[in-house]
Amino acid sequence: MARQVVITGLGMTTPVGGDVETTWRAILAGEPGIVCIDEPWTHDQPSKIAGIMAVDPAGCLEPHEARKLDRSQQAALVAAREAWADAGAPAIDPDRLGAVVATGIGGLISLINSYDLLLERGASRISPHMVTMIMPNGSAAQVGLEIGARAGVHTPVSACASGAEAVSYAARMIQEGRADVVVAGGTEAVIHPVTMAGFAAMRALSTRNDDPAAASRPYDIDRDGFVMGEGAGIMVLESAEFAAARGAKIYGVYGGSGLTSDGHHIAQPDPKGRGAARAITEALDDAGVSVSDIVHINAHATSTPQGDIAESAAIVAALGSHTDNVAVTGTKSMTGHLLGGAGAVESIFTVLALRDRLVPPTANLHNLDPQINLDIVAGAPRPLPAGDLAALNNSFGFGGHDVALVFRSA
Amino acid sequence: MSQQILEGLAAIVNEVAGVPVADVQLDKSFIDDLDIDSLSMVEVVIAAEDKWGVKIPDSEVKNLKTVGDAVTFISANS
Repeated sequence: MARQVVITGLGMTTPVGGDVETTWRAILAGEPGIVCIDEPWTHDQPSKIAGIMAVDPAGCLEPHEARKLDRSQQAALVAAREAWADAGAPAIDPDRLGAVVATGIGGLISLINSYDLLLERGASRISPHMVTMIMPNGSAAQVGLEIGARAGVHTPVSACASGAEAVSYAARMIQEGRADVVVAGGTEAVIHPVTMAGFAAMRALSTRNDDPAAASRPYDIDRDGFVMGEGAGIMVLESAEFAAARGAKIYGVYGGSGLTSDGHHIAQPDPKGRGAARAITEALDDAGVSVSDIVHINAHATSTPQGDIAESAAIVAALGSHTDNVAVTGTKSMTGHLLGGAGAVESIFTVLALRDRLVPPTANLHNLDPQINLDIVAGAPRPLPAGDLAALNNSFGFGGHDVALVFRSA
Repeated sequence: MSQQILEGLAAIVNEVAGVPVADVQLDKSFIDDLDIDSLSMVEVVIAAEDKWGVKIPDSEVKNLKTVGDAVTFISANS
């Protein structure tokens, strides 16, 4: 029997708040954090809007720390410090402590800025920290150093499923006995003319530039793409025995995970959502819960025309007639899409929804797409019943990655 | 001149490594006293080169063990 894993600390910095409490309050209130990008470079961009971190992470760090870190690493460190402090900074043998922090893209902006500097001032002006700022494992390594982790530092990279894959990887480190405590999550910060142009070239981004707060609208018939976001979410996972022995506060229980791949297309979802459905089914099996135990899904729900429909098909395929009893929400309607940070941030939302027994609403849902066969929470938070509850968090990524996570109430 | 260079260097070391300005004294070792690692030392060198228009070759950096060594080199070469 695998060791049970519990969640004892949370941290995040997002477009709606610089910490967990502020973010969660905004999410329950249904308040989008999407704004116009106030930069001259947007003039020829199809999409001129984004979810920019509400609190600049560099301002939360000492100047000498911030200068050595890519913005995505700054966000990860800020969120990790919050989560670690929230968990009570557990006293643990460093050999039993791990860090798993994912990213979809890594320190791309630091690389581009360094290239600009190279062209302008030459090779001798490149920072000696550039390499560690751009490497995708940089955030995991920096968080690992912060807490002194020696059981292993890892970085799953699976585009927009990365953050969820990190939570799964971390939980398995504990289940397999490699570690007793693992700090896990995801981060991303790649709002830049090149990335915006690239995602726009795929026709993936919303161009509702005249009404940013209404642009990310999962499941609404008028949705026209996702909105780029940035930020990080980090949770502290612990073996249940270790947490109990130190009397830790417990937010929720990690149930299990399912990880599959579509084998369909590099960027398009399988229209029938077969890979995603298998991921959900595997996650339920891994967690040892049945379909009827699921009361809530924090869906991937990016607000793209095809993606939301494919996910709806996957959920119906996996949950069958029980689907109608599940309160589904799409919180990217408020945060935008945090890419490699999304799965971690939304895992935290799932855990908090179970703790507070309150499912946050999907913002901007006015006319449900008739092809969506789900019970979407909109307008106001919806209460969940008392008792032992289980919920799902779905995350999918370009490349055909499908990750489903199950969480249970404490 | 030396006092100005010391103050300028202290500001750079503070910015790069967060060391309090008052701790950056002539007799302090970059590595042993101020905890400046080799990467941060490269940043200090780049900033000093920009500020005083000097060239500090890698072969010279290893001789700059103390803040005083750096002040002496910069004042002799700028």
